[in-house]
Amino acid sequence: MTTPVPTYDSFADLAQDMLARAKQRGASEADVIVANGETLSVQVRMDAVDRLTKAREKRLGLRVFFGKRSASASTSDFSKPALEQFVADTCTLAQAVVEDPVSGLPDPAKMTSDHPDLDIYDSTTLQTEQQIDLARRGERSALKADPRITNSEGADFDSSSGRMILGTSHGFLGQYSSSSFSLAVSPIASDPDTGAMQRDSWYGVQRKFSKLEQPERIGEEAARRTVRRLGARKVTTCTAPVVFDPEAAGSLLGNLCGAVSGYALYKGASFLTGQLGQPLAPEFVTIYDDGRMPGGLGSRPFDGEGLPTRKNVVVDRGVLANYLLDTYSAKKLSLTSTGNASRSVGESPSVGPTNFYLAPGTATPQQIVESVKHGLYVTDLIGFGINMVTGDYSRGASGFWIENGELAYPVEEITIAGNLKRMFAGIEMIGNDLVFRGRIASPTIKLAEMTIAGQ
Amino acid sequence: MSPQETGTLSRFGISEGEVAHALGRVKVRDVDYADLYFEYCQSDSVSMEEGIVKRAAKNIGQGVGVRAISGEKTGFAYSDELTKKDLEIAADTARYIANSPSGETPVAVTHRSAPAHNLYPHERTQIEVTTPDRVALLNAIDAEARRYDSRIKNVMASFNTEYKIVVVATSDGKMVSDVQPLSRLQVTCIAEENGNRQIGTYGGGGRVGLQYFQEGDRYLDYARQAAREAILNLSAVDAPAGIMPVVLSGGWPGILLHEAIGHGLEADFNRKKTSAFSNLVGKRVASDVCTIVDDGTLPYRRGSLNMDDEGTPTGRTVLIKHGILRGYITDKMNARLLGIPLTGNGRRESYQSVVLPRMTNTFMLAGESDPADIIRSVKRGLYAVTFGGGQVDITNGKFVFSASEAYLIEDGQVTRPVKGATLIGSGPEILTKVSMVGHDLKLDEGIGTCGKEGQSVPVGVGLPTIRIDEITVGGTQA
Repeated sequence: MTTPVPTYDSFADLAQDMLARAKQRGASEADVIVANGETLSVQVRMDAVDRLTKAREKRLGLRVFFGKRSASASTSDFSKPALEQFVADTCTLAQAVVEDPVSGLPDPAKMTSDHPDLDIYDSTTLQTEQQIDLARRGERSALKADPRITNSEGADFDSSSGRMILGTSHGFLGQYSSSSFSLAVSPIASDPDTGAMQRDSWYGVQRKFSKLEQPERIGEEAARRTVRRLGARKVTTCTAPVVFDPEAAGSLLGNLCGAVSGYALYKGASFLTGQLGQPLAPEFVTIYDDGRMPGGLGSRPFDGEGLPTRKNVVVDRGVLANYLLDTYSAKKLSLTSTGNASRSVGESPSVGPTNFYLAPGTATPQQIVESVKHGLYVTDLIGFGINMVTGDYSRGASGFWIENGELAYPVEEITIAGNLKRMFAGIEMIGNDLVFRGRIASPTIKLAEMTIAGQ
Repeated sequence: MSPQETGTLSRFGISEGEVAHALGRVKVRDVDYADLYFEYCQSDSVSMEEGIVKRAAKNIGQGVGVRAISGEKTGFAYSDELTKKDLEIAADTARYIANSPSGETPVAVTHRSAPAHNLYPHERTQIEVTTPDRVALLNAIDAEARRYDSRIKNVMASFNTEYKIVVVATSDGKMVSDVQPLSRLQVTCIAEENGNRQIGTYGGGGRVGLQYFQEGDRYLDYARQAAREAILNLSAVDAPAGIMPVVLSGGWPGILLHEAIGHGLEADFNRKKTSAFSNLVGKRVASDVCTIVDDGTLPYRRGSLNMDDEGTPTGRTVLIKHGILRGYITDKMNARLLGIPLTGNGRRESYQSVVLPRMTNTFMLAGESDPADIIRSVKRGLYAVTFGGGQVDITNGKFVFSASEAYLIEDGQVTRPVKGATLIGSGPEILTKVSMVGHDLKLDEGIGTCGKEGQSVPVGVGLPTIRIDEITVGGTQA
């Protein structure tokens, strides 16, 4: 038996049909997501194709409400009898849980009505050979950049595109397409004297293929970041200023992102609970979440509930000005949604960032390093040593020791520890080097002091 | 249902002839090995917070992954449509890496079998739990945690079950299937006193059903343990910073082994010579008292499997014996390329992901020391009881794991609780600093999930009480 692949319009029809069936079974409200997409990913290692993956997928998610009871479900089986059973099961599930007085769809009047072109879709289709060639070029340039680059974990070139449809029982139907093109190169360097190995990587990711950096540039940067780690050593346990490079600073910003999520806040599981309107950082710190940045990796016209996305100021000149909220978490906190509902198909909404970033300052990264007499420059963080409830922070780090304003030597096998609240309050300088390589981005930042544990 | 009864192709609406045809299409001249992996997975979850079981979700997925291996190359395609045509497209995509024309000779399935083990038989793995039963379980947990101490202000609990049916058909004519249940119950408590808020978590599970959590009121114990940790942390002082002796208690602290050596011994990294353990087989990487195994055959364990995701029976692999590195854990491709034994560690998250060598249950065998003597031997150090996650950089061997319940040891006595701190060390060196191993081997409660190349798989760890003479502790008290 062959099922014809449903077309775009039939997915929209399918969404409407699912809503109708849920209503028929007594649901008071419902929303449905239909997502489909294609990916092609190639990995080249030591100049040969290592792995080639190609797929097309689709998934349908349904959330139903019976008054104040609700449940969510998802399936990849779009055959009619399976979907009929699926709707029935989802409705049964909803009737078995407890009433939650706050639950429900957003106010119909607030659903998005504009359709901004956010420049997040590129119809370019790359051929397999083309992707192999791009990955190969990236890896080759890393391998030849320095004789100490002796091995490689490979170069990955991925392209993907997808469409997402969201429909609700009060008549909303929205859809958009998005795409992404990325290249990551991960070389390995070995120390000619000791044989000790280090790896690092560099990458580019864009919504539009034409905006992706040249593979050679990505490969060379990957090599530079890898080779400079050779000869890394521990430092003596101390307290000192810490400079976070943009990658490490982005991870710190990601921690903040978790702490301003409405769900963590109303559960009392964030160190920022009850801090809205309070100072968080010095007045030169401003942090935005902008869902409508053109070409942004986190941009989308509407959020996971169909509310319009927007630009929110999370930290306004040092003051915690906004949390990130969806309808549910906003109601719990007696606030209104900020358009940050994020949705995995088949789950009820949660909260996520769109394009979350720290506004750049004026100092060059070099000026920031020069301002430090003795301190640490962090380029990589590992581990999960963050307690979101208290803000206590302790992670493995590697990077460089700063001596008299210069990167003196690479360091590793150390930890940095502090408390996120004090760390944000202790931001001393912000770089002018903001570049978006993901949904969360930061320029270089300098923190006044952290505990560094080494030998 | 036993694996023999249900793990059949017919479940996927596919005939043996269609499998043979697809295998023939992908197993062309330059392809060394090919397989089809059919998977049906249903997961159910309910979660509770603020005393309300407010979320319930059900996810159903099925599909097929088609893989071709040619030398060191892997071609892979997957589809959530299970038609003859979709199988053909996937097969043609997968064999692209071989640069050979399409094969026309079907690969007949000549050998059908049940897996070598039956580690999670039906009677304790009934995962069909009604939603009201799940709701009742979570409500009881909420009440128990709040009863434990009035300072417990919020309780979050979730109960997740997964039911997976897999069929693996290989280009050497074998077809084998398994039914893999998995459950996990997780409790998080938030305690508050005078504006000081702290968190405690506990949980467990395995390839078991609801009955497991009810035995001896295990679910209520999870609630009390989570509440106890949150209350304890209310009085935690800042953790120390710097190098010191650390005593790890048994069970989940075995995550040390998973991060410090387990990942480094996965064969793919060693074939590519990107692991800090490359070329160390036969060399000393731990002290005499350390013997470490990876064992996928422990009944009902979270990391156990009747067969791996290539159909190979799981086994018990000695990774380190009396301190000497003995071998790697392998999947078919890496075992063949390295010319080393196949250990049954080829695993994948789902039909949408490729097979990688992965751990199952990784633990250190019991030693001879009395755990109390181990603590008494430390003048000033840390006693770490529970950990959150960990991570490793395979290439330079540096690993971290983060304590969530720990105490100071002062003059041989466990004294004050300290705040969580990350411990950092070097994989090839750390186990050489293990000077005492307790006789109290304990496996974890069944909560571990391991991430590699974006794929998550359930794993187990275990450890007796051990003393590490020196490791860097990342507290704030320098």
